[in-house]
Amino acid sequence: MLIPSEIVETIKMIHEEHFDIRTITAGISLRDCCDSDGKKSREKIYNKITRVAENLVKTGEDIEKEYGVPIINKRISVTPISLVAEASDDENYTEYAITLDKAADRCGVNFIGGFSALVHKGYTKGDRILVDSIPEALAATDKVCSSVNLATTRAGINMDAVRHMGLVIKQTAEKSASKNAVGCAKLVVFANVPEDNPFMAGAFHGTGEGESAINIGISGPGVVQNVIRRVGPYADFGIVSEEIKKAAFKITRVGELVAREASRRLKIPFGIVDLSLAPTPVRGDSVAHIIEEMGLEVCGTHGTTAALALLNDAVKKGGSMASSYIGGLSGSFIPVSEDVGMIEAVKSGHLTIEKLEAMTCICSVGLDMIAIPGDTPYETISAIIADEAAIGIINNKTTAVRIIPAPGKKEGDIVDFGGLLGRAPVMKVNNASSASFIHRGGRIPSPLNALKN
Amino acid sequence: MVKEEKTNSKRAIITVLGADRVGIIAGVTTVLAKLGINILDISQTIMSNIFTMIMLVDLEKAIKPIHEIIDELESEGKKLNVQVRLQLEEIFKTMHRI
Repeated sequence: MLIPSEIVETIKMIHEEHFDIRTITAGISLRDCCDSDGKKSREKIYNKITRVAENLVKTGEDIEKEYGVPIINKRISVTPISLVAEASDDENYTEYAITLDKAADRCGVNFIGGFSALVHKGYTKGDRILVDSIPEALAATDKVCSSVNLATTRAGINMDAVRHMGLVIKQTAEKSASKNAVGCAKLVVFANVPEDNPFMAGAFHGTGEGESAINIGISGPGVVQNVIRRVGPYADFGIVSEEIKKAAFKITRVGELVAREASRRLKIPFGIVDLSLAPTPVRGDSVAHIIEEMGLEVCGTHGTTAALALLNDAVKKGGSMASSYIGGLSGSFIPVSEDVGMIEAVKSGHLTIEKLEAMTCICSVGLDMIAIPGDTPYETISAIIADEAAIGIINNKTTAVRIIPAPGKKEGDIVDFGGLLGRAPVMKVNNASSASFIHRGGRIPSPLNALKN
Repeated sequence: MVKEEKTNSKRAIITVLGADRVGIIAGVTTVLAKLGINILDISQTIMSNIFTMIMLVDLEKAIKPIHEIIDELESEGKKLNVQVRLQLEEIFKTMHRI
C-alpha cells in the first residue's frame, strides 16, 4: 500500500516543481512514400502521417487526464525528407515542408520534425536540394523543424556542409527577419545525431527505425533543484549525486509509464525514453538554477562545468534504471532562451558562448537557442558549428548548434520568440575572422578513436 | 501478463487538499457513492496546516467513464473550496515502488 507522504510527494512534483512529460513524439517512417511524381509523393506523405498519428493528440490528452501528469507537447517526427523526396524530379522541396505543416495541423501537433538531411560524408542530389530549400521552407511553414547532420565520429566532419550551413542559417534568419528570425529556432545542425530523438528541433525518424515508434521526453529541472535544496548547503557531493539519482529515477519511471501506455493505446511500438532534463522559460524549471543550487553564485562561473557533469551523470544513472529503453539525446539541455536562469546569467555577463562550449564537452547537447548579432559573418557561424562538431566527433557524443543571427540586433538586445521558445539575449561572438579556415572545404578526417575494430 | 493487469488497473487515488472545514469528506464521498465508486482505503491528516485526505478507490463498477468522474470530483472540490484530484493508482506505484 502506498503511504500518504509518497502520494503527496508526487503531487508536489507535478504542481509545485513543474514536473511534466515534455513530449510524446510519434516517429513515422515515410520510406514508402517515395514517388517520381512529387505531387503523388506528398499525397502519400499527408495520408500516412494523418492516418498513423490521427489519435496521437487525443491519446496524449487522455493519458494526461487519467494519470494527472501534464503532457506538454505532442509531436511527430518523420524519415528525413531528403531520402523521400529524392526520388522525385522536384528541384525545390518547400512543397514537401508545406505538406508536413498541413499534416501537423490536421493532427493537432505543435511541431513536426524531419525536414532533414544526413550529409556527414557527402551530399546526394536530394540532400543538396533539401538543404538549399531550408530557408524558404522554414519561412513558408510554422510547425516544420529542420535538421542537418554534418559530422560523425566514423565519418569525420563534412566541412563543405559546415560552410554551407553557415550560409543557410544566415539566409533562414533573413527570410524570417520580420518574426525575429524564428526560422533559425526551428533549424539545428548536428554531429553524431541520434535517430530516435523526441525533442525538437532535431527530431527525425531514422533509417534504422521501424515503421513507427513512440518516443518520450521528460522534464524535471524543478524537481532536481528542490531535492538539492532539501539536502542543504553542507551535504557533500556524494549525497547530492545520490539524491539527484533518486529524483531522476522517479521522474523517468513516469516517462516509462506514459510511453508504455501511449504505445498500447496507439498500437505504435514503444521506442525510447530520453533522459534529458528539458527546461522551460517558467521560473522554477531551470537547469541553470540547479547548478546555482549546488553552490555557484551564477551559472557560468568557474565550477559550472563540474556541477553540470555531476548533474548529468547522476540523472543518467538514476534514469537508466527506471526505463527499459533509453535513447534520444539523453544529455543536459541548455537552450539559453528557454531557461530563465541561463537568460539571467547571460544578461549579467557571467555566461558566455565560450563557457557554453566548454559545457558541451562533458554532457550538454550543444549550443542551443543562442542569439548572436545579425551582422555576424556566415563563416563565423560555420566556425562555431565546426568547433561543436569537433567536440562531438572526438568525444563520441552528440553535439548540436541552434543559433540565431538576429537581423538588426546587436549584443545586449533581446530577441523574443514567445511561448516555449522563450527570449534570448544577443550574445557576443569573437570578432576575429575564421573565413579562410572555413573556405578550405573538404572533410576533416575521422579521428583516431573512430578506428575501434 | 503482469503488464496487462497493470495497464487495465481500475484503481485510483483521490487526493483532497485544502483548508480544513466541516463536510469535506461527506461532500466527496456522496459524489463517489452516486457514481458507484467503492472506497478501498481512506486516510486523513493535517500536513503543514493543510487538510490532506487520500482515498484508494475502485472504479470497476463506476457508472460513468473516468473523464467524467474526474470532472465531477473537480467541480465538487470547487464547491467545497478544496482541490480534489483523481489519478490512476499506477502513476504513484510506478514512481515509488520497484
